[in-house]
Amino acid sequence: MTPVALDKIEVRNVFKVFGSREKEVMTLLREGLKKEQVLAQTGCVVGVNDLSLSIRAGEVFVIMGLSGSGKSTLVRHLNRLIDPTSGQILVDGENILDYDMPALRQFRRHKISMVFQGFGLLPHRNVLENVAYGLKVRGESKGQCNERARHWISMVGLQGYEQAFVQQLSGGMRQRVGLARALATDTDIILMDEAFSALDPLIRAEMQDQLLELQRTLEKTIVFITHDLDEALRIGNRIAMLKDGQLIQVGTPQEILLSPADDYVERFVQRHRARLI
Amino acid sequence: MFPENLTFSIAGWVNDGVDALVSNYGDVFRHISDTLLWAIINLETLLRLTPWWLMLAIVGAIGWHATRKILSTLLIVGLLFLVGAVGLWDKLMQTLALMMVATVISVLLGIPLGILAARSNRLRAVMMPLLDIMQTMPSFVYLIPVLMLFGLGKVPAIFATVIYAVPPLIRLTDLGLRQVDREVMEAINAFGANPWQQLFGVQLPLAMPSIMAGINQTTMMALSMVVIASMIGARGLGEDVLVGIQTLNVGKGLEAGLAIVILAVVIDRITQAYGRTRHGEQK
Repeated sequence: MTPVALDKIEVRNVFKVFGSREKEVMTLLREGLKKEQVLAQTGCVVGVNDLSLSIRAGEVFVIMGLSGSGKSTLVRHLNRLIDPTSGQILVDGENILDYDMPALRQFRRHKISMVFQGFGLLPHRNVLENVAYGLKVRGESKGQCNERARHWISMVGLQGYEQAFVQQLSGGMRQRVGLARALATDTDIILMDEAFSALDPLIRAEMQDQLLELQRTLEKTIVFITHDLDEALRIGNRIAMLKDGQLIQVGTPQEILLSPADDYVERFVQRHRARLI
Repeated sequence: MFPENLTFSIAGWVNDGVDALVSNYGDVFRHISDTLLWAIINLETLLRLTPWWLMLAIVGAIGWHATRKILSTLLIVGLLFLVGAVGLWDKLMQTLALMMVATVISVLLGIPLGILAARSNRLRAVMMPLLDIMQTMPSFVYLIPVLMLFGLGKVPAIFATVIYAVPPLIRLTDLGLRQVDREVMEAINAFGANPWQQLFGVQLPLAMPSIMAGINQTTMMALSMVVIASMIGARGLGEDVLVGIQTLNVGKGLEAGLAIVILAVVIDRITQAYGRTRHGEQK
Protein backbone atom coordinates (compact mmCIF):
# COMPACT_ATOMS: atom_id res chain seq x y z
CA MET A 1 0.00 0.00 0.00
CA THR A 2 2.98 2.37 0.33
CA PRO A 3 2.97 3.66 -3.24
CA VAL A 4 -0.68 4.65 -2.84
CA ALA A 5 0.04 6.46 0.42
CA LEU A 6 2.73 8.53 -1.30
CA ASP A 7 0.17 10.03 -3.66
CA LYS A 8 -1.51 12.85 -1.83
CA ILE A 9 -4.04 13.45 -4.57
CA GLU A 10 -5.10 11.04 -7.25
CA VAL A 11 -7.37 11.96 -10.11
CA ARG A 12 -8.84 8.98 -11.95
CA ASN A 13 -10.56 9.24 -15.34
CA VAL A 14 -12.28 12.50 -14.57
CA PHE A 15 -14.70 13.95 -17.12
CA LYS A 16 -16.47 17.27 -16.79
CA VAL A 17 -19.18 18.31 -19.21
CA PHE A 18 -20.89 21.70 -18.94
CA GLY A 19 -24.43 21.64 -20.27
CA SER A 20 -27.61 19.66 -19.95
CA ARG A 21 -26.88 16.71 -22.25
CA GLU A 22 -24.22 15.05 -20.10
CA LYS A 23 -24.99 11.42 -20.90
CA GLU A 24 -25.07 11.96 -24.64
CA VAL A 25 -21.76 13.80 -24.50
CA MET A 26 -20.17 11.04 -22.41
CA THR A 27 -20.95 8.42 -25.06
CA LEU A 28 -19.62 10.71 -27.80
CA LEU A 29 -16.40 11.26 -25.83
CA ARG A 30 -15.97 7.52 -25.27
CA GLU A 31 -16.31 7.10 -29.05
CA GLY A 32 -13.30 9.38 -29.31
CA LEU A 33 -14.81 12.63 -30.56
CA LYS A 34 -12.87 15.85 -30.02
CA LYS A 35 -13.93 18.82 -27.92
CA GLU A 36 -14.93 20.95 -30.95
CA GLN A 37 -16.96 18.14 -32.52
CA VAL A 38 -18.86 17.61 -29.27
CA LEU A 39 -19.55 21.34 -29.01
CA ALA A 40 -20.83 21.45 -32.59
CA GLN A 41 -23.05 18.40 -32.14
CA THR A 42 -24.52 18.99 -28.68
CA GLY A 43 -23.73 22.56 -27.67
CA CYS A 44 -22.03 21.23 -24.53
CA VAL A 45 -18.57 22.35 -23.48
CA VAL A 46 -16.13 19.68 -22.38
CA GLY A 47 -14.11 21.06 -19.47
CA VAL A 48 -12.07 18.00 -18.53
CA ASN A 49 -11.74 14.96 -20.78
CA ASP A 50 -10.70 11.60 -19.32
CA LEU A 51 -7.96 12.98 -17.16
CA SER A 52 -5.88 10.97 -14.71
CA LEU A 53 -2.91 12.15 -12.72
CA SER A 54 -1.37 11.79 -9.30
CA ILE A 55 0.22 14.40 -7.11
CA ARG A 56 2.78 13.44 -4.45
CA ALA A 57 2.84 14.73 -0.91
CA GLY A 58 5.08 17.76 -0.44
CA GLU A 59 5.62 18.62 -4.08
CA VAL A 60 4.77 21.74 -6.04
CA PHE A 61 2.71 20.39 -8.90
CA VAL A 62 2.10 22.86 -11.71
CA ILE A 63 -0.80 22.49 -14.10
CA MET A 64 -0.13 24.41 -17.31
CA GLY A 65 -2.12 25.19 -20.39
CA LEU A 66 -3.60 27.96 -22.48
CA SER A 67 -6.79 29.61 -21.36
CA GLY A 68 -9.70 27.29 -22.07
CA SER A 69 -7.56 24.20 -21.56
CA GLY A 70 -9.55 23.27 -18.46
CA LYS A 71 -6.88 23.92 -15.85
CA SER A 72 -9.00 26.16 -13.61
CA THR A 73 -11.88 23.71 -13.96
CA LEU A 74 -9.61 20.83 -13.02
CA VAL A 75 -8.23 22.50 -9.91
CA ARG A 76 -11.76 23.26 -8.69
CA HIS A 77 -12.46 19.54 -8.77
CA LEU A 78 -9.83 18.98 -6.08
CA ASN A 79 -11.91 20.78 -3.44
CA ARG A 80 -15.19 20.12 -5.21
CA LEU A 81 -16.09 23.68 -6.04
CA ILE A 82 -16.98 21.81 -9.25
CA ASP A 83 -18.19 18.22 -9.27
CA PRO A 84 -17.06 15.97 -12.13
CA THR A 85 -19.50 14.35 -14.52
CA SER A 86 -17.74 11.05 -13.97
CA GLY A 87 -14.53 9.74 -12.44
CA GLN A 88 -12.88 9.53 -9.04
CA ILE A 89 -10.81 11.96 -7.00
CA LEU A 90 -8.83 10.50 -4.11
CA VAL A 91 -7.19 12.57 -1.41
CA ASP A 92 -5.13 10.58 1.10
CA GLY A 93 -6.76 7.49 -0.37
CA GLU A 94 -10.34 8.66 0.25
CA ASN A 95 -12.71 9.34 -2.60
CA ILE A 96 -13.84 12.88 -1.88
CA LEU A 97 -16.81 12.45 -4.22
CA ASP A 98 -18.35 10.17 -1.59
CA TYR A 99 -18.46 13.02 0.93
CA ASP A 100 -21.82 14.52 1.85
CA MET A 101 -22.04 18.28 2.48
CA PRO A 102 -20.95 18.25 6.18
CA ALA A 103 -18.02 15.92 5.41
CA LEU A 104 -17.06 18.08 2.46
CA ARG A 105 -17.09 21.18 4.65
CA GLN A 106 -14.82 19.45 7.19
CA PHE A 107 -12.52 18.45 4.34
CA ARG A 108 -12.35 22.04 3.06
CA ARG A 109 -11.81 23.43 6.54
CA HIS A 110 -8.98 21.15 7.58
CA LYS A 111 -7.31 19.61 4.58
CA ILE A 112 -7.32 21.92 1.60
CA SER A 113 -7.19 25.65 1.07
CA MET A 114 -7.07 27.86 -1.99
CA VAL A 115 -5.61 31.07 -3.39
CA PHE A 116 -7.52 32.80 -6.19
CA GLN A 117 -6.49 34.79 -9.25
CA GLY A 118 -8.79 37.70 -8.36
CA PHE A 119 -7.88 37.26 -4.67
CA GLY A 120 -11.44 36.56 -3.47
CA LEU A 121 -10.93 38.65 -0.33
CA LEU A 122 -13.75 40.06 1.78
CA PRO A 123 -14.03 43.79 1.10
CA HIS A 124 -15.93 44.48 4.32
CA ARG A 125 -13.29 42.93 6.55
CA ASN A 126 -9.78 44.13 7.38
CA VAL A 127 -6.57 42.23 6.65
CA LEU A 128 -6.50 40.52 10.04
CA GLU A 129 -10.09 39.29 9.72
CA ASN A 130 -9.48 38.16 6.15
CA VAL A 131 -6.46 36.10 7.11
CA ALA A 132 -8.32 34.65 10.09
CA TYR A 133 -11.37 33.78 7.97
CA GLY A 134 -10.61 30.08 7.48
CA LEU A 135 -9.96 29.70 11.22
CA LYS A 136 -13.08 31.58 12.21
CA VAL A 137 -15.23 29.50 9.88
CA ARG A 138 -14.06 26.29 11.51
CA GLY A 139 -14.91 27.67 14.92
CA GLU A 140 -11.56 28.45 16.52
CA SER A 141 -11.44 30.88 19.43
CA LYS A 142 -10.94 34.56 18.79
CA GLY A 143 -7.57 34.59 20.53
CA GLN A 144 -6.36 31.64 18.49
CA CYS A 145 -7.59 33.25 15.26
CA ASN A 146 -5.84 36.52 15.97
CA GLU A 147 -2.61 34.90 17.03
CA ARG A 148 -2.38 32.64 13.97
CA ALA A 149 -3.46 35.44 11.65
CA ARG A 150 -0.86 37.86 13.03
CA HIS A 151 1.83 35.22 12.65
CA TRP A 152 1.03 34.62 8.99
CA ILE A 153 0.60 38.29 8.22
CA SER A 154 4.15 38.86 9.38
CA MET A 155 5.37 35.74 7.51
CA VAL A 156 4.16 37.20 4.21
CA GLY A 157 5.62 40.59 5.11
CA LEU A 158 2.47 42.58 5.81
CA GLN A 159 2.99 43.48 9.47
CA GLY A 160 1.55 46.91 10.22
CA TYR A 161 -1.32 46.41 7.76
CA GLU A 162 -3.52 44.31 10.07
CA GLN A 163 -6.23 46.95 10.33
CA ALA A 164 -6.15 48.03 6.66
CA PHE A 165 -9.04 47.23 4.35
CA VAL A 166 -8.49 45.32 1.13
CA GLN A 167 -9.31 48.33 -1.07
CA GLN A 168 -6.40 50.22 0.42
CA LEU A 169 -3.84 47.60 -0.67
CA SER A 170 -2.01 47.12 -3.96
CA GLY A 171 -2.49 43.95 -6.03
CA GLY A 172 0.68 42.33 -4.72
CA MET A 173 -0.26 43.06 -1.14
CA ARG A 174 -3.77 41.71 -1.69
CA GLN A 175 -2.40 38.44 -2.94
CA ARG A 176 -0.12 38.24 0.10
CA VAL A 177 -3.29 38.46 2.16
CA GLY A 178 -4.80 35.67 0.03
CA LEU A 179 -1.68 33.56 0.56
CA ALA A 180 -1.63 34.24 4.31
CA ARG A 181 -5.30 33.28 4.53
CA ALA A 182 -4.57 29.94 2.87
CA LEU A 183 -1.45 29.31 4.98
CA ALA A 184 -3.16 30.25 8.25
CA THR A 185 -5.50 27.26 8.07
CA ASP A 186 -2.42 25.01 8.03
CA THR A 187 -3.89 22.55 5.55
CA ASP A 188 -1.74 19.90 3.87
CA ILE A 189 -2.86 20.98 0.43
CA ILE A 190 -2.93 24.46 -1.09
CA LEU A 191 -4.52 25.10 -4.47
CA MET A 192 -3.29 28.18 -6.28
CA ASP A 193 -5.40 29.17 -9.28
CA GLU A 194 -3.32 31.55 -11.39
CA ALA A 195 -2.47 33.15 -8.08
CA PHE A 196 0.22 35.43 -9.48
CA SER A 197 -1.12 36.01 -13.00
CA ALA A 198 -2.82 39.31 -12.16
CA LEU A 199 0.39 40.80 -10.74
CA ASP A 200 3.01 42.77 -12.63
CA PRO A 201 6.26 40.91 -13.51
CA LEU A 202 8.49 42.22 -10.71
CA ILE A 203 5.94 41.63 -7.99
CA ARG A 204 5.21 38.25 -9.50
CA ALA A 205 8.87 37.19 -9.29
CA GLU A 206 8.97 38.42 -5.72
CA MET A 207 5.88 36.39 -4.82
CA GLN A 208 7.33 33.29 -6.51
CA ASP A 209 10.49 33.65 -4.42
CA GLN A 210 8.46 34.07 -1.30
CA LEU A 211 6.38 31.00 -2.07
CA LEU A 212 9.49 28.89 -2.66
CA GLU A 213 11.05 30.25 0.51
CA LEU A 214 7.96 29.34 2.55
CA GLN A 215 7.65 25.96 0.87
CA ARG A 216 11.21 25.04 1.91
CA THR A 217 10.10 24.89 5.55
CA LEU A 218 6.40 24.08 5.17
CA GLU A 219 6.54 21.22 2.65
CA LYS A 220 2.90 21.57 1.67
CA THR A 221 1.40 19.86 -1.31
CA ILE A 222 0.85 22.76 -3.67
CA VAL A 223 -1.17 22.54 -6.86
CA PHE A 224 -0.30 25.60 -8.88
CA ILE A 225 -2.14 26.68 -12.01
CA THR A 226 -0.47 28.94 -14.54
CA HIS A 227 -0.35 29.74 -18.25
CA ASP A 228 3.23 30.93 -18.02
CA LEU A 229 5.95 28.32 -18.65
CA ASP A 230 8.66 30.48 -17.04
CA GLU A 231 6.66 30.50 -13.84
CA ALA A 232 6.00 26.77 -14.11
CA LEU A 233 9.67 25.96 -14.59
CA ARG A 234 10.69 28.22 -11.75
CA ILE A 235 8.48 26.85 -9.01
CA GLY A 236 7.32 23.41 -10.16
CA ASN A 237 8.76 20.08 -9.07
CA ARG A 238 6.62 18.53 -11.77
CA ILE A 239 4.56 20.05 -14.54
CA ALA A 240 1.41 18.75 -16.20
CA MET A 241 0.55 20.13 -19.64
CA LEU A 242 -3.16 20.41 -20.41
CA LYS A 243 -4.90 20.92 -23.73
CA ASP A 244 -8.64 20.84 -24.38
CA GLY A 245 -9.18 19.24 -21.00
CA GLN A 246 -6.81 16.39 -21.76
CA LEU A 247 -3.46 15.64 -20.20
CA ILE A 248 -0.68 15.91 -22.81
CA GLN A 249 2.42 15.41 -20.71
CA VAL A 250 3.56 15.18 -17.09
CA GLY A 251 7.17 15.56 -16.11
CA THR A 252 9.90 17.44 -14.31
CA PRO A 253 10.83 20.85 -15.75
CA GLN A 254 13.83 19.21 -17.38
CA GLU A 255 11.76 16.50 -19.05
CA ILE A 256 9.35 19.10 -20.40
CA LEU A 257 12.20 21.22 -21.78
CA LEU A 258 14.25 18.40 -23.23
CA SER A 259 11.56 16.12 -24.60
CA PRO A 260 8.29 17.91 -25.25
CA ALA A 261 5.58 15.35 -25.99
CA ASP A 262 4.00 17.10 -28.98
CA ASP A 263 3.74 20.33 -30.98
CA TYR A 264 1.60 22.01 -28.35
CA VAL A 265 4.21 21.57 -25.62
CA GLU A 266 6.98 22.27 -28.15
CA ARG A 267 5.49 25.70 -28.87
CA PHE A 268 5.62 26.67 -25.18
CA VAL A 269 9.20 25.45 -24.94
CA GLN A 270 10.31 27.31 -28.05
CA ARG A 271 8.91 30.57 -26.78
CA HIS A 272 10.73 29.99 -23.54
CA ARG A 273 14.04 29.37 -25.38
CA ALA A 274 13.52 32.41 -27.59
CA ARG A 275 13.10 34.57 -24.53
CA LEU A 276 16.29 33.24 -22.97
CA ILE A 277 18.30 34.31 -26.04
CA MET B 1 -67.46 45.22 -31.30
CA PHE B 2 -65.79 42.24 -29.68
CA PRO B 3 -67.94 39.13 -30.34
CA GLU B 4 -70.24 38.40 -27.42
CA ASN B 5 -69.70 34.64 -27.39
CA LEU B 6 -65.95 35.01 -26.80
CA THR B 7 -66.25 37.12 -23.67
CA PHE B 8 -66.07 35.86 -20.15
CA SER B 9 -65.76 37.36 -16.70
CA ILE B 10 -63.82 36.34 -13.64
CA ALA B 11 -65.69 38.82 -11.48
CA GLY B 12 -68.32 36.29 -10.30
CA TRP B 13 -65.76 33.77 -9.16
CA VAL B 14 -63.57 36.27 -7.40
CA ASN B 15 -66.60 37.64 -5.59
CA ASP B 16 -67.62 34.13 -4.46
CA GLY B 17 -64.06 33.45 -3.33
CA VAL B 18 -63.81 36.62 -1.30
CA ASP B 19 -67.26 36.01 0.22
CA ALA B 20 -66.20 32.52 1.28
CA LEU B 21 -62.98 33.89 2.73
CA VAL B 22 -64.82 36.52 4.72
CA SER B 23 -67.44 34.14 6.13
CA ASN B 24 -65.06 31.24 6.86
CA TYR B 25 -61.88 32.96 7.99
CA GLY B 26 -63.26 36.26 9.21
CA ASP B 27 -62.23 35.49 12.80
CA VAL B 28 -58.63 34.79 11.86
CA PHE B 29 -58.40 38.07 9.99
CA ARG B 30 -60.06 39.89 12.85
CA HIS B 31 -57.41 38.47 15.16
CA ILE B 32 -54.54 39.57 12.92
CA SER B 33 -56.18 42.92 12.61
CA ASP B 34 -56.46 43.36 16.38
CA THR B 35 -52.83 42.46 16.94
CA LEU B 36 -51.68 44.90 14.30
CA LEU B 37 -53.93 47.61 15.60
CA TRP B 38 -52.56 47.12 19.09
CA ALA B 39 -49.00 47.58 17.77
CA ILE B 40 -49.86 50.70 15.80
CA ILE B 41 -51.82 52.33 18.58
CA ASN B 42 -49.10 51.72 21.15
CA LEU B 43 -46.43 53.10 18.85
CA GLU B 44 -48.58 56.07 18.00
CA THR B 45 -49.27 56.82 21.65
CA LEU B 46 -45.60 56.55 22.45
CA LEU B 47 -44.62 58.90 19.65
CA ARG B 48 -47.32 61.41 20.56
CA LEU B 49 -46.46 61.33 24.27
CA THR B 50 -42.79 61.95 23.58
CA PRO B 51 -42.14 65.68 24.06
CA TRP B 52 -41.44 67.42 20.76
CA TRP B 53 -37.96 68.58 21.81
CA LEU B 54 -36.97 65.05 22.84
CA MET B 55 -38.25 63.74 19.52
CA LEU B 56 -36.23 66.33 17.63
CA ALA B 57 -33.17 65.44 19.71
CA ILE B 58 -33.61 61.71 18.95
CA VAL B 59 -34.04 62.34 15.21
CA GLY B 60 -31.03 64.68 15.35
CA ALA B 61 -28.93 61.99 17.03
CA ILE B 62 -29.96 59.39 14.44
CA GLY B 63 -29.27 61.90 11.67
CA TRP B 64 -25.82 62.61 13.05
CA HIS B 65 -25.04 58.92 13.47
CA ALA B 66 -26.08 58.25 9.87
CA THR B 67 -24.63 61.23 8.01
CA ARG B 68 -21.80 62.49 10.26
CA LYS B 69 -22.43 65.92 8.87
CA ILE B 70 -23.48 68.88 11.00
CA LEU B 71 -25.26 70.63 8.14
CA SER B 72 -27.38 67.62 7.18
CA THR B 73 -28.29 67.01 10.81
CA LEU B 74 -29.33 70.62 11.34
CA LEU B 75 -31.34 70.55 8.12
CA ILE B 76 -33.17 67.38 9.18
CA VAL B 77 -34.02 68.79 12.61
CA GLY B 78 -34.92 72.21 11.21
CA LEU B 79 -37.34 70.77 8.65
CA LEU B 80 -39.14 68.73 11.29
CA PHE B 81 -39.32 71.78 13.53
CA LEU B 82 -41.01 73.59 10.66
CA VAL B 83 -43.71 70.91 10.46
CA GLY B 84 -44.38 71.37 14.16
CA ALA B 85 -44.41 75.14 13.68
CA VAL B 86 -47.33 74.96 11.23
CA GLY B 87 -49.31 72.94 13.77
CA LEU B 88 -49.04 69.51 12.18
CA TRP B 89 -46.84 67.84 14.80
CA ASP B 90 -49.52 65.47 16.07
CA LYS B 91 -50.52 64.37 12.59
CA LEU B 92 -46.86 63.96 11.66
CA MET B 93 -46.46 61.52 14.55
CA GLN B 94 -49.56 59.58 13.45
CA THR B 95 -48.25 59.28 9.92
CA LEU B 96 -44.79 58.35 11.19
CA ALA B 97 -46.26 55.56 13.34
CA LEU B 98 -48.24 54.17 10.43
CA MET B 99 -45.25 54.34 8.16
CA MET B 100 -42.90 52.73 10.67
CA VAL B 101 -45.20 49.77 11.19
CA ALA B 102 -45.64 49.35 7.43
CA THR B 103 -41.88 49.56 6.92
CA VAL B 104 -41.13 47.02 9.66
CA ILE B 105 -43.64 44.58 8.15
CA SER B 106 -42.19 45.21 4.68
CA VAL B 107 -38.66 44.52 5.94
CA LEU B 108 -39.75 41.37 7.76
CA LEU B 109 -41.40 40.11 4.56
CA GLY B 110 -39.18 41.66 1.92
CA ILE B 111 -35.69 40.67 3.01
CA PRO B 112 -36.44 36.95 3.52
CA LEU B 113 -38.35 36.84 0.22
CA GLY B 114 -35.46 38.61 -1.50
CA ILE B 115 -33.03 36.06 -0.07
CA LEU B 116 -35.21 33.21 -1.33
CA ALA B 117 -35.51 34.82 -4.76
CA ALA B 118 -31.73 35.16 -4.97
CA ARG B 119 -31.30 31.45 -4.20
CA SER B 120 -33.76 30.04 -6.71
CA ASN B 121 -34.19 31.14 -10.30
CA ARG B 122 -37.51 29.34 -10.47
CA LEU B 123 -38.97 31.13 -7.47
CA ARG B 124 -37.67 34.40 -8.89
CA ALA B 125 -39.42 33.74 -12.19
CA VAL B 126 -42.72 33.29 -10.34
CA MET B 127 -42.20 36.17 -7.98
CA MET B 128 -41.20 38.92 -10.40
CA PRO B 129 -44.53 39.11 -12.30
CA LEU B 130 -46.35 39.05 -8.96
CA LEU B 131 -44.30 42.02 -7.83
CA ASP B 132 -45.16 43.80 -11.07
CA ILE B 133 -48.84 43.22 -10.32
CA MET B 134 -48.46 44.49 -6.77
CA GLN B 135 -46.84 47.67 -8.01
CA THR B 136 -49.15 48.42 -10.91
CA MET B 137 -52.56 47.19 -9.77
CA PRO B 138 -54.54 50.26 -8.66
CA SER B 139 -54.61 50.06 -4.90
CA PHE B 140 -58.39 50.52 -4.71
CA VAL B 141 -58.83 47.12 -6.37
CA TYR B 142 -57.27 45.24 -3.49
CA LEU B 143 -58.54 47.71 -0.93
CA ILE B 144 -62.11 46.46 -1.44
CA PRO B 145 -61.44 42.88 -0.25
CA VAL B 146 -59.00 44.11 2.39
CA LEU B 147 -61.72 46.39 3.73
CA MET B 148 -64.14 43.47 3.80
CA LEU B 149 -61.68 41.40 5.81
CA PHE B 150 -60.28 43.99 8.18
CA GLY B 151 -62.86 46.75 8.27
CA LEU B 152 -62.09 50.45 7.98
CA GLY B 153 -59.14 52.15 9.62
CA LYS B 154 -55.44 51.76 10.14
CA VAL B 155 -55.04 48.04 9.49
CA PRO B 156 -56.25 47.97 5.88
CA ALA B 157 -54.17 51.09 5.35
CA ILE B 158 -51.09 49.20 6.54
CA PHE B 159 -51.94 46.28 4.26
CA ALA B 160 -52.37 48.46 1.22
CA THR B 161 -49.13 50.24 2.04
CA VAL B 162 -47.16 47.01 2.48
CA ILE B 163 -48.46 45.55 -0.79
CA TYR B 164 -47.37 48.66 -2.62
CA ALA B 165 -44.12 49.25 -0.76
CA VAL B 166 -42.57 45.79 -0.43
CA PRO B 167 -41.69 44.99 -4.08
CA PRO B 168 -38.67 47.30 -4.41
CA LEU B 169 -37.17 45.82 -1.26
CA ILE B 170 -37.58 42.27 -2.56
CA ARG B 171 -36.09 43.23 -5.91
CA LEU B 172 -33.14 45.10 -4.48
CA THR B 173 -32.36 42.40 -1.89
CA ASP B 174 -32.37 39.83 -4.70
CA LEU B 175 -30.19 42.07 -6.87
CA GLY B 176 -27.75 42.85 -4.07
CA LEU B 177 -27.26 39.19 -3.22
CA ARG B 178 -26.83 38.21 -6.85
CA GLN B 179 -24.22 40.90 -7.36
CA VAL B 180 -21.89 39.62 -4.65
CA ASP B 181 -18.58 38.85 -6.37
CA ARG B 182 -18.54 35.26 -7.63
CA GLU B 183 -14.94 34.75 -6.66
CA VAL B 184 -15.58 35.92 -3.09
CA MET B 185 -18.38 33.35 -2.83
CA GLU B 186 -16.10 30.70 -4.29
CA ALA B 187 -13.39 31.61 -1.80
CA ILE B 188 -15.55 31.38 1.30
CA ASN B 189 -16.98 28.13 -0.03
CA ALA B 190 -13.46 26.80 -0.50
CA PHE B 191 -12.72 27.54 3.15
CA GLY B 192 -15.76 25.51 4.21
CA ALA B 193 -18.21 28.22 5.24
CA ASN B 194 -21.67 26.76 5.85
CA PRO B 195 -24.77 28.39 4.27
CA TRP B 196 -25.45 30.34 7.47
CA GLN B 197 -21.91 31.74 7.59
CA GLN B 198 -22.11 32.56 3.89
CA LEU B 199 -25.38 34.44 4.21
CA PHE B 200 -24.83 36.39 7.41
CA GLY B 201 -21.05 36.76 7.29
CA VAL B 202 -20.62 37.71 3.67
CA GLN B 203 -23.65 37.91 1.38
CA LEU B 204 -25.90 40.15 3.47
CA PRO B 205 -23.13 42.54 4.56
CA LEU B 206 -21.94 42.88 0.95
CA ALA B 207 -25.50 43.35 -0.31
CA MET B 208 -26.20 45.94 2.39
CA PRO B 209 -25.95 49.04 0.16
CA SER B 210 -28.50 47.52 -2.18
CA ILE B 211 -30.76 46.38 0.66
CA MET B 212 -30.62 49.82 2.25
CA ALA B 213 -31.56 51.33 -1.12
CA GLY B 214 -34.51 48.93 -1.06
CA ILE B 215 -35.56 50.03 2.43
CA ASN B 216 -35.21 53.62 1.28
CA GLN B 217 -37.50 52.94 -1.68
CA THR B 218 -39.94 51.11 0.57
CA THR B 219 -40.22 54.04 2.97
CA MET B 220 -40.65 56.46 0.08
CA MET B 221 -43.41 54.37 -1.45
CA ALA B 222 -45.06 53.91 1.93
CA LEU B 223 -45.21 57.69 2.26
CA SER B 224 -46.75 58.03 -1.16
CA MET B 225 -49.63 55.86 0.08
CA VAL B 226 -50.43 58.21 2.97
CA VAL B 227 -53.29 59.97 1.22
CA ILE B 228 -54.91 56.75 0.03
CA ALA B 229 -54.52 55.37 3.55
CA SER B 230 -56.41 58.34 4.93
CA MET B 231 -59.26 57.68 2.48
CA ILE B 232 -59.96 54.43 4.29
CA GLY B 233 -59.85 55.97 7.69
CA ALA B 234 -56.22 56.14 8.76
CA ARG B 235 -55.50 59.43 10.47
CA GLY B 236 -52.46 61.61 9.92
CA LEU B 237 -51.10 64.04 7.38
CA GLY B 238 -53.00 62.42 4.51
CA GLU B 239 -56.22 63.35 6.25
CA ASP B 240 -55.39 67.05 5.96
CA VAL B 241 -54.60 66.68 2.28
CA LEU B 242 -57.93 64.95 1.81
CA VAL B 243 -59.83 67.59 3.76
CA GLY B 244 -57.98 70.22 1.75
CA ILE B 245 -59.26 68.64 -1.46
CA GLN B 246 -62.79 68.21 -0.19
CA THR B 247 -63.14 71.78 1.06
CA LEU B 248 -61.13 73.38 -1.74
CA ASN B 249 -58.74 74.65 0.91
CA VAL B 250 -55.61 74.74 -1.25
CA GLY B 251 -53.44 76.25 1.48
CA LYS B 252 -54.26 73.58 4.04
CA GLY B 253 -53.71 70.83 1.49
CA LEU B 254 -50.36 72.32 0.52
CA GLU B 255 -49.20 72.57 4.12
CA ALA B 256 -49.97 68.93 4.78
CA GLY B 257 -48.50 67.94 1.42
CA LEU B 258 -45.27 69.75 2.20
CA ALA B 259 -45.17 68.08 5.62
CA ILE B 260 -45.32 64.69 3.87
CA VAL B 261 -42.49 65.76 1.59
CA ILE B 262 -40.42 66.86 4.59
CA LEU B 263 -40.95 63.53 6.31
CA ALA B 264 -39.89 61.82 3.09
CA VAL B 265 -36.75 63.94 2.78
CA VAL B 266 -35.76 63.28 6.39
CA ILE B 267 -36.21 59.52 6.11
CA ASP B 268 -34.58 59.47 2.70
CA ARG B 269 -31.45 61.25 3.91
CA ILE B 270 -31.11 59.01 6.93
CA THR B 271 -31.65 55.68 5.13
CA GLN B 272 -29.43 56.70 2.23
CA ALA B 273 -26.64 57.64 4.57
CA TYR B 274 -26.83 54.21 6.20
CA GLY B 275 -26.76 52.61 2.76
CA ARG B 276 -23.41 54.11 1.89
CA THR B 277 -20.65 51.71 2.79
CA ARG B 278 -17.69 52.66 4.88
CA HIS B 279 -14.39 50.77 5.29
CA GLY B 280 -12.56 53.26 3.04
CA GLU B 281 -14.41 51.91 0.02
CA GLN B 282 -15.01 55.34 -1.39
CA LYS B 283 -11.49 56.29 -2.41
